[in-house]
Amino acid sequence: MVAFLFYLLSAVSVLCALLVLLMRNPVHSVLSLIIAFFAIAGHYVLLNAQFLAIVHVIVYAGAIMVLFLFVLMILNLNKAAPPYQTTLVKVMGAIAGGLLLVTMVASLKHSAIQPVAGAEDGQIGLVKNLGKALFTEYVVPFEISSILFLAAMVGAVTLGMRNKKDNSSAITHL
Amino acid sequence: MIAEKMIFILVIFGITLLIATYLTYFERKVAAFLQDRVGPNRAGPFGLLQPLADAGKMFFKEDFVPSAAERALFILGPGIAMFTACMTGAVIPWGNSLHLFGRDISLQVADVDIGLLYIVGFVSIGVYGIMVGGWASNNKYSLFGAIRASSQMISYELAMGISLIAVIMMSGSLSIREIVEQQFDGWNVIYQPVGFLIFFICALAECNRAPFDLPECETELIGGYHTEYSSMKLGFFLFAEYINMFISAAVISTVFFGGYHFPFMQELGLPANVVSLLGVAALFLKIFFFLFVFMWIRWTLPRFRYDQLMHLGWKVLIPLSIINMVLTGGFMLLKDYLW
Repeated sequence: MVAFLFYLLSAVSVLCALLVLLMRNPVHSVLSLIIAFFAIAGHYVLLNAQFLAIVHVIVYAGAIMVLFLFVLMILNLNKAAPPYQTTLVKVMGAIAGGLLLVTMVASLKHSAIQPVAGAEDGQIGLVKNLGKALFTEYVVPFEISSILFLAAMVGAVTLGMRNKKDNSSAITHL
Repeated sequence: MIAEKMIFILVIFGITLLIATYLTYFERKVAAFLQDRVGPNRAGPFGLLQPLADAGKMFFKEDFVPSAAERALFILGPGIAMFTACMTGAVIPWGNSLHLFGRDISLQVADVDIGLLYIVGFVSIGVYGIMVGGWASNNKYSLFGAIRASSQMISYELAMGISLIAVIMMSGSLSIREIVEQQFDGWNVIYQPVGFLIFFICALAECNRAPFDLPECETELIGGYHTEYSSMKLGFFLFAEYINMFISAAVISTVFFGGYHFPFMQELGLPANVVSLLGVAALFLKIFFFLFVFMWIRWTLPRFRYDQLMHLGWKVLIPLSIINMVLTGGFMLLKDYLW
């Protein structure tokens, strides 16, 4: 049962990730990305990491993707106006992507897949254990990443303020 | 065991749909009462068959898909709205366990560790139904409705989440049953009055209820995101709103008003099963009270302007909820320090 679910979710996530790239309409791409996120959340549930799964859904599907969709809807990109790409950009993209593939294959070829420490009993994903690990063992990385978030927030606010000063008359009312 | 759960899920599903159906009737009756009218009184005694007549009307209307719409997404939109609305009820404890046929039957579909986050998660993805439907209609009014809905949802979700964090900090658990059990001595609303107020306002906004019904504001946007919808697809959108209302009232009752607890429940000296059933009745009484308040507000307050809505969400509710959270944490530390 678990193995079947694992392969089903994997297939869905890979298929949807491909559709993100292949769909011509950006809104369809975003919707496939949302389904891919749900499939990944399903993987977390299979690992008994309910907290991670639900936070993944809340943060990615519930907030970030809503904003993506929101921006796409405002820009109203559609089939009539696909994003303009020159041949140079396409060649550059192909080279960069190929290099990334080579690097990934080279680095993963000899590495054995290690089981995650503490995953055997299936209890690490529960909120209590995860919280304990985050606030004792990994407290320094945790705090550093929160500082990173704070910096990003301050940056976003600064950018927003600057735009407001430049064209305060152009604020659109929905 | 599985069969038991299945039956219970079906019962909860049926009750949710029944209550959502009759909420349309109560909405009209409450509106009529507040406006000194009679309200629906033709179909059946006291107009009690009115929801059935409405449902029949919805089913028999022409199911129209605009030629410029994205057909698949247009059909998917109301489905998502209905699905996410129905999913939220799964983690709400509708009552204490019943002791029947020699074993305990839990009156909750799933007591997951992260119940409260599950509800927040489904509320946050509930907006996709509106966004997908509004966008796929290929109509400017629908698109405006969808964009308004999404920005409103994002803005009010933050304050909602932070006001819940204060409750979670106090109870030390994300499981809703645990939170309810801890309210045996005193309801959370006594300790978190500000949190309750913020949560209540945000719940109104998340349900797109007046005074926050800008996504479907008929004076500006015709019907907002459901302008192009007809027949039961429109019915699904409207129905999902009532289910969301019911679930919101249930969450408010369980998280802030003691859930299935009622005063003197241990002093009555009744058998455990009777107390459990009375608890279910008490929970539904609380839910109906909040549903009435929802309707009362809708028929009393005028709609916000869009900038007022954003101002309230970002500059009033979010700072207030953060202050509430910090003060809660401070008091908890102080309590530990003094006692």
